[in-house]
Amino acid sequence: MERVAIIGVGQSEFGELWEKGFREIVLKAGIEALEDAGLEGKEIEAMYVGNMSGGRYLAQEHIAALIADYSGLSQMGIPSTRVEGADASGGLALRQAFLSVASGLHDIVIAAGAEKVSDVGSEMTTDIIASSADREWEGFVGATIPALYALMARMHFTKYGTTPEDLALVSVKNHRNGALNPKAQFRREITIEDVLRSPFVAEPLRLLDCAPLSDGAAAVILANEKVAKEYTDAPVYIKACTQASDYLALQNREDITTMRAVKIAAEMAYKQSNLTPDSIDVVELHDSFTIAELIAYEDLGFVEKGRGAELIREGITSLDGSLPTNPSGGLKACGHAIGATGIRQAVEITYQLRGKAGKRQVDAETGLSLNIGGTGATAVVTIYEIG
Amino acid sequence: MKVGIVSYGTYIPRFRLSVEEIARVWGENPENIKSGLGVLRKSVSDLDEDTATISVEAAREAVERSGIDPERIGAIFVGSESHPYAVKPTATIVGDAIGCGNNFHAADFEFACKAGTAGIQACMGMVKAGMIEFGLAIGADTSQSAPGDPLEYSASAGGAAFLVGKKGVIAEIEETLSFTSDTPDFWRREGQPYPSHGGRFTGIPAYFRHVVTAAEQIMEKTGYKPSDFDYAVFHQPNGKFPVRAARMLGFSNDQIAQGLVVREIGNTYSGSSVLGFSAVLDIAKPGNKILLVSFGSGAGSDAFIFNVTDSIESFPRHPSVWEKIRSGIAVDYSTYLKLRKKIKLKG
Amino acid sequence: MIPRFWRKIKYRYDIVGSICESCGSKFYPPRNFCPVCRRKSRIKEQRFNGRGKILSYTVVHDTPDEFKLNKPYVVALIELDDGPIITSQVVCGPNEVEVGMRVVKAFRKYFEDGDDGVIYYGTKFIPEDKSMESVSSNSSN
Repeated sequence: MERVAIIGVGQSEFGELWEKGFREIVLKAGIEALEDAGLEGKEIEAMYVGNMSGGRYLAQEHIAALIADYSGLSQMGIPSTRVEGADASGGLALRQAFLSVASGLHDIVIAAGAEKVSDVGSEMTTDIIASSADREWEGFVGATIPALYALMARMHFTKYGTTPEDLALVSVKNHRNGALNPKAQFRREITIEDVLRSPFVAEPLRLLDCAPLSDGAAAVILANEKVAKEYTDAPVYIKACTQASDYLALQNREDITTMRAVKIAAEMAYKQSNLTPDSIDVVELHDSFTIAELIAYEDLGFVEKGRGAELIREGITSLDGSLPTNPSGGLKACGHAIGATGIRQAVEITYQLRGKAGKRQVDAETGLSLNIGGTGATAVVTIYEIG
Repeated sequence: MKVGIVSYGTYIPRFRLSVEEIARVWGENPENIKSGLGVLRKSVSDLDEDTATISVEAAREAVERSGIDPERIGAIFVGSESHPYAVKPTATIVGDAIGCGNNFHAADFEFACKAGTAGIQACMGMVKAGMIEFGLAIGADTSQSAPGDPLEYSASAGGAAFLVGKKGVIAEIEETLSFTSDTPDFWRREGQPYPSHGGRFTGIPAYFRHVVTAAEQIMEKTGYKPSDFDYAVFHQPNGKFPVRAARMLGFSNDQIAQGLVVREIGNTYSGSSVLGFSAVLDIAKPGNKILLVSFGSGAGSDAFIFNVTDSIESFPRHPSVWEKIRSGIAVDYSTYLKLRKKIKLKG
Repeated sequence: MIPRFWRKIKYRYDIVGSICESCGSKFYPPRNFCPVCRRKSRIKEQRFNGRGKILSYTVVHDTPDEFKLNKPYVVALIELDDGPIITSQVVCGPNEVEVGMRVVKAFRKYFEDGDDGVIYYGTKFIPEDKSMESVSSNSSN
């Protein structure tokens, strides 16, 4: 297997990008990544695109061809493939790109993720995101995505004594980090009281426990080790990129306070990279809801089951803690551009490992990202190391 | 063995709207309404309740109490003037919900407030003819009334379901007959949300003519007189009409008290006389004789004479109709408007 | 307009799931294939009795369009006495619900596909010991 490195990264702003259409957002991320890598574009051999629901947000399918076209890659006729795994679509695109280089099939490929959500109303947005859970047996009874995460949160409260204040701390931390990220959607700090005063979305989750749904795009360029060294002195190697599945509906899972797909993908990733949770220096994980971050601490092996809240209470996952998590602001503050999120996480880890993360820089040589689809039926874990 | 009622089940939505609350909104004197109408409050269905859900819940109680495998039910008739669909049967919803397979005859009936008893007669005919082993007849409504219409004080929601057959009969049908004429006392045209009615015209030429005649004819045919009956139930559009009909026929207040449910829950239309009858079955003893006379505007009455059998003693009858009537939650008028979707929302 | 959810009507109206006779696993919604026994699965349809207790619940305030009149409503994971776990609405006030509460099935309407579309019915749950307040305490009668 070839060693695979990230040699270029790019990201659009995340947020309500009223002035920009889907194509412009994608192009911005793609061009930034090419410039970052020092490529012209014609070196790219294949493209993988993560996008959850162009068909419903934009009434546009065939997204991979569209993006190849507008990024000028159709001229070379390269294969362009869209993959979908709800809000893990970006993670899946990264993994497909990784596999195509690791296998030796391609030397240089691009993985992109993009979503444009603001062209439909909020009811439609809610309905589209609801399709990442089980429409027929969860959506039908009014179990929205926030409702399903709320069921997990309540169970975590009941079993382990986690509290609304613990959840609020996650949001406060991620906003604090997001305030330092020029590309974040929310660049302002909030307090625990702000979170606990915000209206309920699905009890016990409040508005400020929930990540926004955002417009945005991100791109990374992957190359094998030999090619990578021609383009950069600071390749960020992908040590492992693993993926796992779980039952689509919560009701079929043995324990809804555990995301089994996350556990399985993480165990595989540690094994493949010969690393342990202790050796991870920085984490970008899928805090679509604050409870998801606490559960992820546990399922990624940073703390034992039920004790996730301790990491946030003790500041371990703060920027200045021993396991800085979501330095970008995470999905909560940086924004959650659904299909783009998995790629954006790779962009942030790359900045961090290169030492180019500006005011939010942490001291890190190895990083981990976790991208989740829906309520955890898909999980992608990626482990990175600066070369 | 004679054909009769094998089992019964009832359902009354839990919300209640009082006469005071309606009168407060419309500037009426509630005491006048209560004494004039003989109604104190009415049942109101929740947002997620309708004639189909009421029918299913009543049917399930009936099936459960009987212990009969639902697949032995050969016919389902749902009588209502508020079927959820103008076209598409309620009876098929009931059939799938109680799990009676696919080989059953199904039809929806509409005959104002007497469509439920029409179903009992239809089941009786099919059982007698040997076409089916058991039939399920349901009378249920979430009846409509225009805001501010006097009808609003009484139009309510509820229903009862009856398994009709020859085996395990708790109340055999000794006799039944109908008295029917084209009398336009109350109607609702296709596409109209609320019914229209002839006010006082609904009394003498409509309700009293049909109810009293049907009762007189069935007693004449069988040779019974009012004192032969332990209980009598007359359709209850309000608290006054059935009491007056009983007096006209020579029945005492004691004979009708148990089945007079309208004061507490209003007029449940197709559910009305059959809920009253169910309340009587709740306390009936072997050998009791019961007269039931329904009435549907437009107009007609179905009269029945039931003889309660020994089987009633071992028949599960809890929770009773009166228990269901007494457990309710009061709602205010604005909540009622929302529950009954009388507020026009933006599409 | 083809009603999207018609195929599973029977399984939704009552709690009809399935059981694998090879390993005894019970499924709701019904599965045609046992994830444990796989090709050795022997699947049979099974009706569950409709009583259980609440494992976890949420009160939904930010509702989809089709449930906006029901706001706020309760959604719970319910462990059935004789079967698997089911996701369902619970018909009760937002302050009445709690973890461990006993509930029993009820046939209710879920939503309508617009003003001219089909009506979707299904199973909800109600508190088993529904202690209803007396009518007379709330009216001046």
